[in-house]
Amino acid sequence: MNVRQGAQVKGERAGIGAGKRLDVHTCEQFLLLEARLLDEARFDEWLALFTPEASYWVPSEPGQADPLETVSLIYDDRRLLETRVRRLASPRIYSQEPRSRTSRIVTNVTIEDDADAATTLVRSKFVLIEFRRNEQRLFGGTSFHRLTVIGGDVRIASKRVDLVNCDAPLDGIVVPF
Amino acid sequence: MDPPMREELVEDVTSLVKPAAVHRSLYDDPAIFELELERIFGRAWIYVGHESQVREPGDYFCTQVGRKPIVVVRGPDKELHVLHNQCAHRGAMVVALDKGRTDEFQCCYHGWTYHLDGRLKAVPLQHGYPADFNPKSRSMAMLAVPRVSSYRGFIFVNQSDNGPSLEDWLGYMATSLDDMVDRAPDGELEIAGGVFRHTYNGNWKLYLENLCDAAHPWFTHRSSIDAAQQQKDDVYTDGAGEIAIRQMRQNGAPYSFWESQVGIWTYPNGHSYLGDYHDDKKLVAALNDPAFRDYVDALEKKKGKDEAKRILEVRRWNSNVYPNLSFMSQFQQLRVIHPLAVDRTLVCTYNFRLRGAPEQMFHNTIRFANIVNGTGSLVLTDDLEIYNRIGLGISSEGAEWLQIGRGYQSDEPDEHGGRRGKNSTSEVYIRNMFDAWVGYIGGAGTKTKQAQLESVSA
Repeated sequence: MNVRQGAQVKGERAGIGAGKRLDVHTCEQFLLLEARLLDEARFDEWLALFTPEASYWVPSEPGQADPLETVSLIYDDRRLLETRVRRLASPRIYSQEPRSRTSRIVTNVTIEDDADAATTLVRSKFVLIEFRRNEQRLFGGTSFHRLTVIGGDVRIASKRVDLVNCDAPLDGIVVPF
Repeated sequence: MDPPMREELVEDVTSLVKPAAVHRSLYDDPAIFELELERIFGRAWIYVGHESQVREPGDYFCTQVGRKPIVVVRGPDKELHVLHNQCAHRGAMVVALDKGRTDEFQCCYHGWTYHLDGRLKAVPLQHGYPADFNPKSRSMAMLAVPRVSSYRGFIFVNQSDNGPSLEDWLGYMATSLDDMVDRAPDGELEIAGGVFRHTYNGNWKLYLENLCDAAHPWFTHRSSIDAAQQQKDDVYTDGAGEIAIRQMRQNGAPYSFWESQVGIWTYPNGHSYLGDYHDDKKLVAALNDPAFRDYVDALEKKKGKDEAKRILEVRRWNSNVYPNLSFMSQFQQLRVIHPLAVDRTLVCTYNFRLRGAPEQMFHNTIRFANIVNGTGSLVLTDDLEIYNRIGLGISSEGAEWLQIGRGYQSDEPDEHGGRRGKNSTSEVYIRNMFDAWVGYIGGAGTKTKQAQLESVSA
């Protein structure tokens, strides 16, 4: 797969069409692609992985049940996610001057729920190193992707990231997980 | 620092604050930071929490005053107690959880237990101690902070025995706390929705100095302003994006708006508030938002039409109660500033539910919090960068004096005993905080000067 030229994982190549279930290998390849796009700061291509009604959620509490009853480190609907990504491209985003560099390890990929043929809930673990200015930060946690296939391409219907230290005092978070 | 040096520093303090400039050492000198903890956080009323966090006897939560860990607890008699979180035996921190309910506190080291008012309750192996060992003595306890007072549910403590009452100290700024509470149809607030805790590498004073700064959004927040202004409206939103994007767009109002349409008011003891730079139409789509209409109905039903109108016409953005509290009534937000080191600060932000309001109002509060106070906010992260850069910039030892003179020549008296900026971008609220700073650090203390110095060197 050439991720440079085609930032997508083809569900069809793995024999996945509408109504067919994603297998764990396809899901893993997709998560690795997503991590790579984020590490390479290709945020527009990252945004393109989400469905038009997608949500992106980083809770502020362990096991947080609801994004409306409790604050979240990030809780974006599609409209806000687009704005977030557009801001990341701004030459006047001072909190990214200089830019962060990141390195992500994504692993322990399992399919949690594919009873509903339209979407597949995928769980994975990540470790993320972020370096900016003089400091290196380490994040880790669990991601839940609800994946779907649109026009033969795997897409994110929703993404939840549970940071191990989500309720810790934290310096600002600008680069998405 | 030895006592003579400290005396010299205090004597010298007025020379570090001029009417329209402050010396950069106020932001990076560890000795001055220690003085601030002792004399500002030791003498001013410090906000510690809200009564809804300790509704029932035995309810407690932990926080800090300055750097000191404390416990706020509701006693069996419903009275509030604020205790140093330290065992009288070997000094261990007694209460380790952020919050909970208990009928006593017990130290995990040797099992000394304490009543909820801090008095020692039981000491295991109580034999063989010296004859004057007295577990009932007031000094052998989880010591209580000298003064605790609450105003309409907001709990403050004062580490000094003397000085003005909380109400006298708040003065006209109490009307901002009134505004917070009055907006609840049932007349009561409840802390809810979790907490953000964000940190930065900069001095604690920078936070309040930014919150009423009407001149910075247009510049500092340019990236989120541009991104929001270019955002298409016909994209899917569940409501989270709606409120956030309105907020970011309004930050991009032109200088002419910021200068003339907002308003900045200051009051004694360093307090201030910025006028509202949104109106309900711009931010919550009030007139078109069914939840807001239901809310107004609920408010009118409980308070009457005239009182509801009066309440909703109070238009304040951030209200700052110096030195550690800032809150915003329109979206029920509250921030508490904790100085950790001269160049390290923690800010905790909370949300309130308006008792008697439709639940959607609280959901809007949460959505607003995420974008304005959130650790991953598109707005706040650029403010944090500014605080970090001030820390870095000052370390360059360039210009010795930092300028706080914007609007200096046009400030005017306010009818309630304060000063207001004729121009809304006036830095009058920073000058006002430094007036209070000089008062706390330099004098107007509660002990004689000699006694203070002795207590410092002890």
